[in-house]
Formats: sequence, structure tokens, C-alpha cells
Amino acid sequence: MDTTVTAKKKWWAGGYSPFNVSYGKLMMWYFLLSDAFTFGALLISYGTVRFSSLSWPDPNHVFHSFPFMGDANLPLVFVSLMTFILIMSSVTMVLAVHAGHHRDRKAVIKWLIWTIIGGAAFLGCQAWEWTHLYHSGAWWSLNPFANADGTAATNSNFTDFFFTITGFHGLHVTSGVILNIVILLNVLNGTYEKRGHYEMVEKVGLYWHFVDLVWVFVFTCFYLL
Amino acid sequence: MANVDTTQEHASSSTKTIWKTFWILLGITVVEIGLAFLHLGTGFPGKLLLNAIFIGLTVVKAFFIVAEFMHLGHEIKNLILSVLVPLVFFVWFIIAFLADGDSWKNMRKDLSPGKARTYEMAKPAEHGGGHGAGNGAHH
Repeated sequence: MDTTVTAKKKWWAGGYSPFNVSYGKLMMWYFLLSDAFTFGALLISYGTVRFSSLSWPDPNHVFHSFPFMGDANLPLVFVSLMTFILIMSSVTMVLAVHAGHHRDRKAVIKWLIWTIIGGAAFLGCQAWEWTHLYHSGAWWSLNPFANADGTAATNSNFTDFFFTITGFHGLHVTSGVILNIVILLNVLNGTYEKRGHYEMVEKVGLYWHFVDLVWVFVFTCFYLL
Repeated sequence: MANVDTTQEHASSSTKTIWKTFWILLGITVVEIGLAFLHLGTGFPGKLLLNAIFIGLTVVKAFFIVAEFMHLGHEIKNLILSVLVPLVFFVWFIIAFLADGDSWKNMRKDLSPGKARTYEMAKPAEHGGGHGAGNGAHH
């Protein structure tokens, strides 16, 4: 790949990628773009329904629990932990990509393992939260939460959107963890060493950061607003 | 294509930048949570201002993740534009759909049982009255 970037270079003259990235990486970007629209559609439809509702549950009331803390009122604390875990795993992923640039196989392995642990920890947190909400009577089509203005819920829009969107995000985290495990096995087998570059780590890294990016929006839309 | 120059040191992907980005993201998240607790305790800042701050900070976080972690800020302009320009659709989606939702809410308010209608009523003689407070049987 031609990495020398000059202002006068004719990017569209042919002979090299006009985007200065490999085909695989470009397609990963376009896949993520389409996935952004999928998540965007979900979040905007959530916003539309919320805007059309006279009242809506208060997130600080709904999400106030923490494992092993019983009935203690701790709004935001658990989801903050989940957010921290995901940001942290994004950092370990970017460190794995960085190590890949230097063809430091040992470091790639180390950081990929930490990323997988972070992803699994996030999924564990989400499993706990879903279980907890399920036991308080919340599920698709079941909404036990009173509205912020004190009126009883008349529909299950809140829980339907919550479980659908966090579930779809969780599915992305799950596939991200699986992809990370696959490339970790490839690194262990020396596949990328033979290939001469670790670009596959970069591509999966792009996907992993995207999952973190979506969580930033899910966190704001469901827990803060 | 596969012949990537590995000896070239990208100043942008140095571990220093990575950790700096991490601290920025963590700092913004801490500020968000801090503001949420401040609001819970004191009611300040007001809900509308608070939400505007949250959305603003979310966009800032998204910028750092995409520009630094996903390295898009260090790619060439062709790639940056190819990825970012289609996202302009979101501006319209958000405005149009949220406005539509708001309009639905206003219709719900106007037509909810027991609410006085804001527009001209049908002749009351037709049903012999009954549009009074708390009567939703006609709907």
C-alpha cells in the first residue's frame, strides 16, 4: 500500500486505493456505516415513541440496583461500571492494534486476551441487569414501571425498546467477543506472522470500537436522558 | 496492497495518544454522571439544559472514539468524507421523526377523554350532550 500522502497526489487516477486503505478495511467501514443506520433507526424510533408519550418512566428509578447491594438505591452506578468496562476494553483493543503495527506478537496476544475479558465482563453485567429487571416484572410486553409523573404505565413501549436495543447491542458485543477469540487463535497459530501483517486485528478492532461507540449513545439515550 | 510498511512509526497511534484519549473519554463520562447526581440532589441544572449537555458530551465522546480509536482522523480525506457524509441523513431523521412524535403527543393531549376540545365542536344536539368531563365512552 502506498502510504506516502502528498497534496498533489491524484487519488482517483487509478493504480492504488483512492481511500488509501485496503479493500477489507474499506468494506469494514461501509459495513459499520450501514450498522450505524440500523442502530440509528432503532434509537430514533425509540425517541419518536418517547416524544409521542405523555409520560415515560424515570431511568434513575428503573436502573437503581447493584449486584449484592439488595434494595440500596444506587442510580447510575452499575451502568457506569458497564460503561467503564467497555471503554477499557476499547483501550486494550487499540493497544493490540498498536502492537500489531510493530509485529509484537506477544503484546498482541496479551491485549487481545484483556479485550476478550472486558467484553465477557460487559456481557456478564448485562446478563445480571436483564435478569434483575426480569425478576422485577420487566420483559418484552411487560412494563411494571410507573411513569415519572406518577401515573401507571399504559403500555410496554419503554421495556420493549429497552430490551430490543440493549439486546441488539449485546448481540454485537457477543459477536465481537467471538471475532476477537477467532483472531486470537489466528495470532496464536502464527497466521498473521506468516502473512506478514496484522491487519485483521485492525479490522476487528474497528468493529469493536464501533460497539463501544454505539454503547455511548445507548448509555445516553436510556440511562441519562 | 498487502505490502504494508510496518517500520513506519505513526505518531498518531502511539500509546501516549491512546491513553490520553482514554482519560478524555473517562473524564467526560465522570462529568456526565456527576451532573446526573447533581441534578438528582439539587434539581440543578434543569432537565432541558441537562439533556442538551448530555447530548453534546455524547457527540464529543463519539468524535474521540471515531477519530482516535478508529483512527479515522488520521486517514485521508476521501475516506473520511466517504464515511461521514452519509451520516448527514441523521440530522434530518432526528428532526423529522422527533417532531412527528411530538405532534402525536399534542394530538393525544387534545383528544384524551375529558379534555375540552380546542377546535370547534360538533353540534351538541346530535348526541344530546355527553361531551362533558370524564366521559370517554364516545371514543
